[in-house]
Amino acid sequence: MTLGQLWLLIDVVFWVGFFVLEGFDFGVGILHSFVARNDVERRICINSIGPVWDGNEVWLIVAGAVIFAAFPLWYATMFSTFYLALVVLLLALIVRGVAFEYTRKVDDPRWQTTFRWFLTVGSALIPLLVGVALGDLLHGLPLDSDHQYTGNFFGLLTPFGLMSGVTMLALSVLMGANYLTLKTTGELHARVAKLSVTAGWVTAVVVWGFVTWAHLGLGKGFVPNVTEVIALLGVLAAALFANAGAEGWAFASAALGVAGTVATFFAEMYPKVMVATNSVNSITVGNSASPSYTLKVMTIVAVVFFPVVLVYQTWTYVVFRRRLGGGRLGADAALDSPSSPAADPVES
Amino acid sequence: MAESLARWQFAITSIYHFLFVPVTIGLAFLVALLQSSWYRHEDPVKLRLTKFFGTLLVINVAIGVVTGLVQEFEFGMNWSNYSREVGNIFGGPLAMEGLLAFFLESTFLGVWIFGWDRLSKKVHLASIWAVSVATMLSAAFIMAANSWMQHPVGYVTNAVTGQPQLNDIFAIFTNPVFLWSYIHVLLAALVTAALVMLAASAWQLRKRSNESFVAAGRLAIVVLVPAVILSLFVGSELGVIEAKYQPMKIAAAEAQWNTCPGHCSFSLFQIGGGNNDQTPTQIIQIPSLLSILATNSTNGSVEGLNQLQAQDVAMYGPGNYIPNVFIQYWSMRVMAYLAMAILAIALWGTWLIHRRKLADSKVFLWIATWAVILPFLVNTAGWMLAENGRQPWIVQNLMLTSKGVSPSVSSLEVWISLIGFVGLFAVFAVVDAFLMIHYSRRSLEEADATLDTQSVGAGEVPELVY
Repeated sequence: MTLGQLWLLIDVVFWVGFFVLEGFDFGVGILHSFVARNDVERRICINSIGPVWDGNEVWLIVAGAVIFAAFPLWYATMFSTFYLALVVLLLALIVRGVAFEYTRKVDDPRWQTTFRWFLTVGSALIPLLVGVALGDLLHGLPLDSDHQYTGNFFGLLTPFGLMSGVTMLALSVLMGANYLTLKTTGELHARVAKLSVTAGWVTAVVVWGFVTWAHLGLGKGFVPNVTEVIALLGVLAAALFANAGAEGWAFASAALGVAGTVATFFAEMYPKVMVATNSVNSITVGNSASPSYTLKVMTIVAVVFFPVVLVYQTWTYVVFRRRLGGGRLGADAALDSPSSPAADPVES
Repeated sequence: MAESLARWQFAITSIYHFLFVPVTIGLAFLVALLQSSWYRHEDPVKLRLTKFFGTLLVINVAIGVVTGLVQEFEFGMNWSNYSREVGNIFGGPLAMEGLLAFFLESTFLGVWIFGWDRLSKKVHLASIWAVSVATMLSAAFIMAANSWMQHPVGYVTNAVTGQPQLNDIFAIFTNPVFLWSYIHVLLAALVTAALVMLAASAWQLRKRSNESFVAAGRLAIVVLVPAVILSLFVGSELGVIEAKYQPMKIAAAEAQWNTCPGHCSFSLFQIGGGNNDQTPTQIIQIPSLLSILATNSTNGSVEGLNQLQAQDVAMYGPGNYIPNVFIQYWSMRVMAYLAMAILAIALWGTWLIHRRKLADSKVFLWIATWAVILPFLVNTAGWMLAENGRQPWIVQNLMLTSKGVSPSVSSLEVWISLIGFVGLFAVFAVVDAFLMIHYSRRSLEEADATLDTQSVGAGEVPELVY
């Protein structure tokens, strides 16, 4: 394996990590405006991802920064090609990120409703737009011999790109429903558990359409890639497990479905990383990878520090593993926090 | 046209981003200090102050983080030719920032906000320190990347492609411009956050005379005094280093059109000036001060813009290598003079602490409240001095800004993004300012209710932080 291939693999890991982790954050962000019947339920939804969403979003930042450092040509062409789409993406990331912190900072229904919808719409737009971009990379866009994009904004809205966007949106909703099922109790739990089943079947159909298009539709032959099989089986298993009430397995299967789908984009175009309609102008691992010194330095840094990140991010999920909800509070409070260290000395 | 627009956009989004960055870096540190004090002495006042200023930190971080995303994307969006040419060098520190610093900051900030009743006191305290360390690490990688643009080191030029390629990562992190500018930025962050803390405390003391805020005001001043003094010293040393690697930057900051052989004077003000006026009326000249600032010696010579321009034309071909002199001259002065004003306030505050009269001097408290505007002006001026002084280069003496712009992005597209960002940023500037002021004016008891069990339905639902 060359260093360039290794770094493509690492980058795919970051994209998968982003869509699995931030995927359920997006799903919760979208769903909380629809599945919650009252304000307390909405807060439960948002607080279920409260401690982790920001750390999850960093996976996207690192996925992008890795492309910058390891594949500068790819980064340069991709980011300038998707210019206006990325502007919308950034605006969505901004309003959504700010909404988390600001929604409850002012006790006014109009303020809270405004920021709630910022959060909901932002959470839907981000997976949709990133999905369209990934789809376009695989589908192919007009690049000239200098690897510069020659089309305009509307040229980015390829049918396959839009299908990819819808697929990532559907997967995010599925992840969100399964995550909420794991994190809630009572009536809200019953509602999201039911939704997980429906979302599972709908997403299975969408993913089936996506993998068929990505493989057959783009002329890659009849036998599907292993990533596509994983994608479809994962989502189908998520629906079946959710139906059987195996919440943990349903969530894990959905995550597998996301991983398979994200990996499909890269597996189908390998060794290209950004397909040009005139194939010779495509960007590949070979023509865009940084010189080996840079990749070696990056490899050392990643080998040393990435495991540390995994350890402490995993730890946060352990710390905040408890389900949130009105019904189980008394017992949980007694089990988990002997006394509130924050409140005691203050009130005395 | 697309190039100027891209420059405007980058300048506006960077300056905006850097309104929040120093508050985050400095306030995370100050909040960690307050919480450490509570951890050690169990003083409930310290806990309340931790939560009070922790809320301000969280409000501020929200915008700081998302505006930083814009920066990372803009290199590829607007400066694609720059990115593809030097991404193998410049991208490295950015990727390291994500992996080493940003994960740490975001993860532990979430842990800290939600962990009040989930973690032991010790682990919870460790999480705010992790946030503080992460913000400073983050700044290190960004400053290393920026310093490489000011003074490129650690690379070789590929004999075939002519492309600069990283060959020494240690050089990137021992670049003298990096070492001095990084410390300068950390000190500026402490100054900024200390003044935010001082302003909130001063307002509270004027309106409520709550003794708890004497403690906060004292902490702010104790941090502020050394930070502002060191910042002035480090900033002046940075000027000497820049005079060596970027003589244009320093010559333009003094509007020094012709080489001065020694004992060069520094003008306090000038009337006129700019790139088309080489003989402005200079008012109050301090003998030898410019020589000291630029070379650390009263007898040092300072090269003139005209002579430097001739040298650059000889080396790099025809072109205009002189940055905007008006911006350089005035941003340097705004930075220096306002920093002096901050120093004066800090020393006044120290004297009041010594006399145990911090809570009593209404004039000081009024000035200290309004002084919160100063660090933001100083920081902005400092960045304008640093970045404008690098022009017309995107990487000093290696790549011109005009060569770095994205060829496939049209002026119309940049107009759309510029209007979009400016519009949204303006709205959020108002929202953020409103929230910062609103939460700075709450009583300490109200602050207690946030960050853990919020007062909804009295205990029905715990830890509803959002």
